[in-house]
Amino acid sequence: MIAVSILNRLIMAAVTLFGVAVIVFVLLRVVPGDPIAMMIAPGASPADIAALRAKYGLDLSLTAQFGVWIEAVLIGDFGTSISLRRDVLELLLSRLPATLELAFAALIVAMLIGGTVAVIGTLFRRTSLEPAIDTTNGVLLAVPDFVWALALVLMLGVFIPVFPLSGRIDPTLSIDFVTPFYLLESLVRFRFDVFFDVAAHIVMPVLALALPLATVITRILKETLLEAMVQDYVLLARLKGMSETRLVLQEALRNAVGPALSLTGVQFTFLVGGTVIVERIFAYPGIGNMAIDAVINRDLPLIQGLVLVFGSIFIVINLAVDLLAAALNPRLCHG
Amino acid sequence: MAEPVIVIAPATKPPRVPSQLRGLLAEQKVLFGGGFILLLVVIATLAPLIAPKDPLEQDLMLGSLPPAWLDGAEPGYYLGTDDLGRDILSRLIYGSRIALLVAFASASLAALIGTVLGLLAGWYGGWTDRIISRIVDIWMAFPPVLLSILLVAVFGSGVHSVIAAIVIIDWTRFCRVVRAETLAQAQLDYITAARTVGFPRFRILTREIFPNIVPVLIALVSLEMGIAVVVEAILSFVGLSVSSDTPTWGGMIAQGRQLIHHAWWLLVAPLIALFATVLAFNQLGGGLRRALDPVLKR
Repeated sequence: MIAVSILNRLIMAAVTLFGVAVIVFVLLRVVPGDPIAMMIAPGASPADIAALRAKYGLDLSLTAQFGVWIEAVLIGDFGTSISLRRDVLELLLSRLPATLELAFAALIVAMLIGGTVAVIGTLFRRTSLEPAIDTTNGVLLAVPDFVWALALVLMLGVFIPVFPLSGRIDPTLSIDFVTPFYLLESLVRFRFDVFFDVAAHIVMPVLALALPLATVITRILKETLLEAMVQDYVLLARLKGMSETRLVLQEALRNAVGPALSLTGVQFTFLVGGTVIVERIFAYPGIGNMAIDAVINRDLPLIQGLVLVFGSIFIVINLAVDLLAAALNPRLCHG
Repeated sequence: MAEPVIVIAPATKPPRVPSQLRGLLAEQKVLFGGGFILLLVVIATLAPLIAPKDPLEQDLMLGSLPPAWLDGAEPGYYLGTDDLGRDILSRLIYGSRIALLVAFASASLAALIGTVLGLLAGWYGGWTDRIISRIVDIWMAFPPVLLSILLVAVFGSGVHSVIAAIVIIDWTRFCRVVRAETLAQAQLDYITAARTVGFPRFRILTREIFPNIVPVLIALVSLEMGIAVVVEAILSFVGLSVSSDTPTWGGMIAQGRQLIHHAWWLLVAPLIALFATVLAFNQLGGGLRRALDPVLKR
């Protein structure tokens, strides 16, 4: 039964991804602004232009172009970037790890901050600290990543300049990385000078992405924790003489974490979507920043590749959330 | 067979009473959020009367002046000037026009499309629901910021493109919520009763279900307005919104980000305006939801 349900979801995911491919393809063919016009030298002959068109397949009919593209994508050929003149897949693979590192670091930080604040709020319920936490969290819930990013630039980049404002690593520091995962690799190789530099660069973008998610986690987790605290099993544990802290951390948290976790999963897609603008603000070399340049340059093959990558990430996250929810809730497994 | 209970059931819906207005104002969030938005609407409408200077007037002799409370400020330029000597306060005041225009236009249009599709999907089910839900799924697989940039690139920059882009992206928010609400309402006794009595299906949807979704919808529209203001700022920031000689908060933010080491106040002023506006829409939305929802109120 579970295998069938997973297979079903996979098929649905494939259909969704195909829909994404169709939409982005159609959308891009109606973009005014000729990508070829942006790459030819002034005074190129009509024959040269026609040759370039043929090279990028822009002379075929719309459906033929789509067929050619999909066929190529299925065997891993995403075409050549028009503005950067490099293989799209190669570009994507070189930039994706930076974004993945950023997104997962932000996810972990969000869970740590959100979880900690929720637990503190639960421990100090019915004291004056609780309304203070609730009000602050309620206000911060409204702050989007874009505003956080710029506020952090001002606070930690300008007023108290502790973190670098842009980039991923100090260019004078660069060691020969074997993998594109700078943060992980420098840690594993014990190059702590490099690690701290990469970490210092990533702090602000991570916080900008993590803080909006953290406020959501705080709200939902605190709600479920408070519900759990009045359940019989917590009462029983309390009667056994368990301390309040252990009650929250050991008994309530274990049962409250499910709903919070699946909401976090759904919200994680928003976080990944937020990398586009946050990477732009911090000039962080990930796929989000590249996407904005690709759109501005009308780089059709690159935009198509980028949208497919983002779409796949979103679909994988949603799939993972569904499976996680099923795994955490035994009733759903048999349903 | 005809039990009288069933006949009177449609009439037992909670009646809409004018005392709701008092309940609304008692909700602090509605008061503060709504108050701020109202103030902003007045400022935007009366911008030419309120703004101390012409927002486009350049004076290179007075470039990058700090705000009034810092050393080196000039009288009359309360929040300082940008690098071209344009008055920041005046630009902020005029910028609220674009922000509010985008907020109201895009949120109401997105609500309209999303609500109609959500009602149809939730009420008629079957293929209608399957197709609409699949489209929503596909939509949700696009990163919204990237899609908005893409759409504005397709439509060409300008305030209409920005509004269109936000509507095309965010109708799904309304669609999902309205569909879920419709499904929930359809389970309730008053709908069963209305169907038993033999009301036409479409009339039940418009006369019975829709009015009960309105409270959630109003709250959602307010939240969406906050989102729209941010999206407009992001598009201006990337340089894709309205033309650069119209003052926008996002455009001011982009300028401030570039000159951050030179004149930080260029970034602070529009950022605070943006934050306050988003917060106000959010508080208003949250407050309305609480005040209008009879279940949450209890």
